[in-house]
Amino acid sequence: MTETVLTNIEKRRTTTVGWQGIVADWSSDQRAFKNVSWGKAMMWIFLLSDTFIFGCFLLSYMTARMSTTVPWPNPSEVFALTIAGQHIPLILIAIMTFVLISSSGTMAMAVNFGYRHDRRKTAILMLVTAAFGATFVGMQAFEWTKLIMEGVRPWENPWGAEQFGSCFFMITGFHGTHVTIGVIFLIIIARKVWRGDFETGRRGFFTSRKGNYEIVEITGLYWHFVDLVWVFIFAFFYLW
Amino acid sequence: MAEVTLHATPHATPAAHAEGHQHPIKLYLVVWGWLFVLSTCSYLVDYFNLQGYLRWSLIVLFMMLKAGLIVAVFMHMAWERLALAYAILLPPLVLLVFVGIMVFESDYTLLSRIIFFKTGA
Repeated sequence: MTETVLTNIEKRRTTTVGWQGIVADWSSDQRAFKNVSWGKAMMWIFLLSDTFIFGCFLLSYMTARMSTTVPWPNPSEVFALTIAGQHIPLILIAIMTFVLISSSGTMAMAVNFGYRHDRRKTAILMLVTAAFGATFVGMQAFEWTKLIMEGVRPWENPWGAEQFGSCFFMITGFHGTHVTIGVIFLIIIARKVWRGDFETGRRGFFTSRKGNYEIVEITGLYWHFVDLVWVFIFAFFYLW
Repeated sequence: MAEVTLHATPHATPAAHAEGHQHPIKLYLVVWGWLFVLSTCSYLVDYFNLQGYLRWSLIVLFMMLKAGLIVAVFMHMAWERLALAYAILLPPLVLLVFVGIMVFESDYTLLSRIIFFKTGA
C-alpha cells in the first residue's frame, strides 16, 4: 500500500513540468536531476565551473583593454594574412572557426550514432572530430609562431598596448589546452567504441555500464563546450 | 520549446529512455549549416569594417545565436528537464554583475591614469 502511494508521488513529480517541475525535482528525495546520470550531471557542473574560469579571463582582458591609455592593437590587422598576393583580414581565425564548428557537427552525429549502437560510424565520426581538433591546434601553433616572430611578447608588442600579448597568450593558450585534452579524450573513447568495450562490458575506465554509450555524449558535451568558448573568444577578442 | 519537448519525456518507454535522444541526423546538419552562416556573418562584419553600435550589436547577436544553437541542440539542453537547465544556465548570469563592477573599476583606473600620467610627466 505504502509502496504504491510512494510510486505515485514519484511519478507525479517526474511528470510535472515548468516551475512546479523545478520545485518538485529540487525538493524531492535523493536526486534533483531526475533523468540525468551522475556522469552527465558532473560533466555539466564541471563545464559550469569552466565557464567561470573563461569568464574571468575575458573579464580581465576587458578590464585591461578598457583601462589602458595606449591604443589597443587592431586584431583585424594583426591576424591578417597575405594569401596569393591578397591581403585578407582575420582570415586565419575565420578558417579556425569553421574547422571547430565542423568538429562540433561531426561530434553531434557521433553521439547520435552511439545511441544507435552503430559502433563503426561512431568511432569514425569521433576520429574525424579529433582530426578537426588537431587541425585547429596546429593552426593555433602557426598563429602563435607568426606573432612571436613579429615580436609579440606577454610584456610588449610592436603595435600598441603591452597587455595585448599577455591577454592573447593566456586566453588562446588556455583554450588550446582544452582542445588538446579533448582530442586525447576523443581518441581514447573512439578506440574503446571501435573495440566494442561498451558492448562486452570490458573492464576499464568508463566501460562498466554494459551496452551504454552515454560516455560518447559526455565527451561530446566537453567538446561542444570547447567550441562554445571559442564562439565567445572569437566575438570578444578577435572581432571587438 | 523546452516545455513542449519535456511533455514527451515521461511518456517515453523505458527502453527508448535508456537509449537516449533519437533525433534525425538532418537536425544536426541543419544546425551545422546555420552555425556556418552565422560565423560567416560575423566574419563579414569585420571584413566590411562596420563600426560603432552596429558592429557591437551584430557581433553580440551572432554570438548569442551561435551559443544558443550549440547549447540547445548539440548539447541537448533543449531536451533536458528544467531542473538541470536552470541549474546550469542561470549561474553564469552573475558574470554580468561582475562585468558591471569591472566596467566601473576600469573607468576609474583610466581616469586616474589620464589625470596623473599626463599631467605628472
